[in-house]
Amino acid sequence: MNKLLDWRIFFQELPGGGEQYWQLIVSGIYWTLAVSACAWVIALVIGSVIGTIRTTQHPWLVRAGNAWVELFRNIPLLVQMFLWYFVIPEFIPPLKAWIIASAPAHAQFIAAVLCLGLFTSARVAEQVRAGIQSLPRGQRNAGMAVGLTELQVYRFVLLPMAFRIVIPPLTSETMNLIKNSSIALTIGLAELTFRSREMGEYTFRFFEAFSAATLIYIAIGMTANRVMAFVEKRVAVPGFIASGGK
Amino acid sequence: MNLDFDIIGRTFPYLWNGFLYTVQLTAIAAVGGLFFGTFLALGRLSPIKPLSLVAAGYVNLMRSIPLVLVLFWFFFLMPTVLQLITGGERPPQIGAERTAIITFIMFEAAYFCEIMRAGIQSIAKGQVHSAYALGLTYGQAMRLVILPQAFRNMIPLILTQTIILFQDTSLVYVISATDFTGAASKVAQRDGRLIEMYTFVAAVYFVLCYVLSYAVKLLQRKIAVIR
Repeated sequence: MNKLLDWRIFFQELPGGGEQYWQLIVSGIYWTLAVSACAWVIALVIGSVIGTIRTTQHPWLVRAGNAWVELFRNIPLLVQMFLWYFVIPEFIPPLKAWIIASAPAHAQFIAAVLCLGLFTSARVAEQVRAGIQSLPRGQRNAGMAVGLTELQVYRFVLLPMAFRIVIPPLTSETMNLIKNSSIALTIGLAELTFRSREMGEYTFRFFEAFSAATLIYIAIGMTANRVMAFVEKRVAVPGFIASGGK
Repeated sequence: MNLDFDIIGRTFPYLWNGFLYTVQLTAIAAVGGLFFGTFLALGRLSPIKPLSLVAAGYVNLMRSIPLVLVLFWFFFLMPTVLQLITGGERPPQIGAERTAIITFIMFEAAYFCEIMRAGIQSIAKGQVHSAYALGLTYGQAMRLVILPQAFRNMIPLILTQTIILFQDTSLVYVISATDFTGAASKVAQRDGRLIEMYTFVAAVYFVLCYVLSYAVKLLQRKIAVIR
């Protein structure tokens, strides 16, 4: 066991017995994927709405959308994580009572999902806004001219094109979200980075544990990248370079 | 709920020290990252295949793993590597604060590399050719002709990245370094004043980053007019 590197460490049992170290790492992968997936849905839904209203002609909606983006962009994610986990429940007594009554992992999971989801929603909103604004002005006017309402113009003319344009930037936001989910370890969520450090502390095999985590992050990131590239190809509108994919 | 915002006044010197460390870390990482990032960008664009492969591999590796994991990697590897370099009996103790500085320089170099690469590629090819035609060497052409323009074109992006870096430095919390967030968090946990301290930290970051990004926006408009 005194070799410089020993990859068999993953098949050794934990001090408590029963589980092996690779199972510890896999349980971390589950949490990383679960948090990222849930946060991604929140980010996509809210980000699309906020991004869209920032392109409308209603000054108050635009201002509200801008305020949303500035709020989430200008506070470090770590501090936002602390706010969601430690501060906000203090102001909502029923929520605090529920947190005390339930398992810590549940509260950590919900705080992490809300934090990452809303943080990423501000970034998605920026991309969606840029996507809509990159469309020629004539599209909106033409939609209005054929008698569509404002909602219909967005639903049938602007958004279908804008969403195709923003797929590449959304891909990199998705990968950022997966990486950012590691910050949830600061509130105790047992995701991949947390588990690899835990394994390092138990075994003092930090090199093996961090290597595993690094490779897994690269694999998850590449998979997300391929999935988005596939979506991009599937929904491409023939004849448009912007949505053609490779 | 009783709030005690006086705690900020009472612990101000400690918080201020943390804040100074945050600013110092941001400045050193930005300058160091830009310096090494520029070399990485030149490497990536180099016609020498092994060099460009190594540079691209480094940048892609750094960009595909979380900063928290990078901090853990360096925090655990640095003493071992330094021991190999110095050949000492036991690993030298360099502390979380200095580890964080080296980590951030190495990490940010990857991000600044991509910015500088875009900047270099935004310069017309004819400029390189005319520099060579004048008899300048590669180093002179880069230093005197290409890089100053690439740098100027990318100033808004470099500053925006520095603001992101300023926020990201709060992550040194995970290796227990005492930056602004770390100092506030230590006070918060010691005195049980989580609400006051974290709200204060969030407000300070928000005001600073909002003002700085607004300033970058104004600068961008000004540069755009000159061009």
